[in-house]
Amino acid sequence: MSNTVIDIENVSKQYMLGTFGTGTLSHDLNRWWARVRGKEDPYLKIGDTNDRTKKSNSDFVWALRDISFKVEEGDVVGIVGKNGAGKSTLLKILSRVTSPTTGRIKIRGRIASLLEVGTGFHPEMTGRENIFMNGSIMGMTKQEIKRKFDEIVEFAGVAKYVDTPVKRYSSGMMVRLGFAVAAHLDPEILVVDEVLAVGDAEFQKKAIGKMQDVAHGEGRTVLFVSHNMAAVRSLCTRGVVLKNGLVDFMGTVPDSLAHYLKNEDEIRKDLILSNVKWTKHSLKVTNIEINGTKEATSVIRNGQDYIDVLVEGTTEEPMTYDVMLIFKSKDGMPMATYALGHYMGELQHCQPGDFSIHRKIALPKILTRGLINVDLYLHHPMTEYQLKAPDCCVLESEGFQKGFGSAMDQSNNGLIGLSDF
Amino acid sequence: MEEKWDYIITNRSKLFSIDFKELWRYRDLVLMYVKRDFITFYKQTILGPIWYFIQPVFTTIMFMFVFGGIAGISTDGVPQAVFYMGGLVCWNYFVDCFNRSKGTFSANKAIFGKVYFPRLVVPLAGVISNLIKFGIQFALFLVVYFYFIYQGVHFGFNATVLLVPFLIVMLAALGLGSGMLISSLTIKYRDLNFLVSFGISLLMYATPVIYPLSVMNGKYAKYMWVLLANPLTSILEAFKYAFTGVGMFSWAYLLYSLIFTIVIFVWGLLVFNRVQRNFMDVI
Repeated sequence: MSNTVIDIENVSKQYMLGTFGTGTLSHDLNRWWARVRGKEDPYLKIGDTNDRTKKSNSDFVWALRDISFKVEEGDVVGIVGKNGAGKSTLLKILSRVTSPTTGRIKIRGRIASLLEVGTGFHPEMTGRENIFMNGSIMGMTKQEIKRKFDEIVEFAGVAKYVDTPVKRYSSGMMVRLGFAVAAHLDPEILVVDEVLAVGDAEFQKKAIGKMQDVAHGEGRTVLFVSHNMAAVRSLCTRGVVLKNGLVDFMGTVPDSLAHYLKNEDEIRKDLILSNVKWTKHSLKVTNIEINGTKEATSVIRNGQDYIDVLVEGTTEEPMTYDVMLIFKSKDGMPMATYALGHYMGELQHCQPGDFSIHRKIALPKILTRGLINVDLYLHHPMTEYQLKAPDCCVLESEGFQKGFGSAMDQSNNGLIGLSDF
Repeated sequence: MEEKWDYIITNRSKLFSIDFKELWRYRDLVLMYVKRDFITFYKQTILGPIWYFIQPVFTTIMFMFVFGGIAGISTDGVPQAVFYMGGLVCWNYFVDCFNRSKGTFSANKAIFGKVYFPRLVVPLAGVISNLIKFGIQFALFLVVYFYFIYQGVHFGFNATVLLVPFLIVMLAALGLGSGMLISSLTIKYRDLNFLVSFGISLLMYATPVIYPLSVMNGKYAKYMWVLLANPLTSILEAFKYAFTGVGMFSWAYLLYSLIFTIVIFVWGLLVFNRVQRNFMDVI
């Protein structure tokens, strides 16, 4: 007997681009006329795949196109993909907020989604009233909520405020209360969309713990959509990679993530070498590798110890040099610099002819998650430059994460995480 | 072997696929919505539920001045306060049901965009919470009514009063049905909304709220058909007739109103049910 709990069959979702107005009335009339004659919808055939970056000629776009996969009972499926790959659309269809344009999904069991943490909270109502309101919106009966009420209040840690209107709550308390209700729904299938981005660390730990309980302990099915690779890696048992509305890859989590990240790399196919802005006339650089690749995008994995830097070429003159790398945030704010020449006055020398400079830059143990722009320079400090390559490559840091923890964002927390001595 | 699935999500919408069983499962939510309406109505007010009285009282007094006093429109011998308040209470219930249902999609798009529950819950809860409000205002009407009896006014109170609950259900169904219809039709093209918002205020003058049907019949007999085509006319007239013995009571027109109400209600329900599946994409 099969224990498939979600069966997605050829699901597509078409959206219209632009605004609704008089122009769309003619589409509606055409569609209606086709239906009257018993023909197929004329606009279902056209439409582009969902690639945000390209200008489309069509008025229609496929947010999802022929998605098919099955989820077995007890699976914890991580759904990854770039922004606009169709993840949220898929979740919306699954939670029945909208319906697919074609295809169908069969579901066994109750679905609850943590998209809607705190949905229906009314600021004027007390915590108690809102628990009942929110619980019934999510499909619980009054009896069920009554039974779990104390547990919910305790999980949220708001026992003191339960008869206070939620407008007096801090935003963190509000989120905790919302999540507490959602977490006690006891659904057969749980859908989680980036919910872990909210709340303080202690609460995140609780939330992930609850998810793990649901997934591993109670053997229920979880669909988890996240950009947090580390969290996907530690929680999920299967991976689905969406790309431009299509299923790009499906398989084990490590394979899926590897596929996804490789895919990501293809965004910037250019080579680091081609991003060199200036070299001294006597210098010719033939190869630059940073983080083990010639390509201008690569990933710093969770727990990676060092970054390789390799610069190869020929010089016509003797060279006194040092390697300097500046790590900057997306918006150009410098966050860290590797420059032993500056710090320690250690300079290298090389004779005319071929050279190969190899450095291993030690990384701090805890890095945050985010993109790092790298400037690469060869220079004789305070004297002259040999090579200037600002913004020559982007490192995508997965972020450090361990156990129940989750990676932190660079934009809020800086590049380096501190730990105990 | 046929497999057992709890839900099947597709685009195919059968016209008559309203899931009443599901709606029943969400009955607690309907009650929660009703409760929420009341809780949020009271909060941070001093007078609290008294506000439910103030509006019809002041409107009635205003009507007595403007229509009864200045314009001098007859009330067929019924005390003005009873006449206006009776009409107003019914009219208000219809308009409240209509307005609540009309805004279902636009007022709740944030919540509808995040979680699924039968959308019908929201207008239904509106009808119920408005019914409670109606009950309060109706009680006020009865107080005024008995005050005049105490003062020695003789009303032609009669057995048609047994029909009153049925009239109220018709008002609710008419308001709910037309509201759902408008709500569904204005999702994509909002033109209708502009028409409806002032249309409903004009409709009051095409309904015998502030004047008795007999006045119209005397002055503009050739336009009587407009009033008679309005399904609210016979409902309001029957209501007034039940309590005062004055007005038009006609089984034929009441039957017409009933059929009209059923058609509008079923039509509204079907369109609403169809639209709720995809409205998030177009709103």
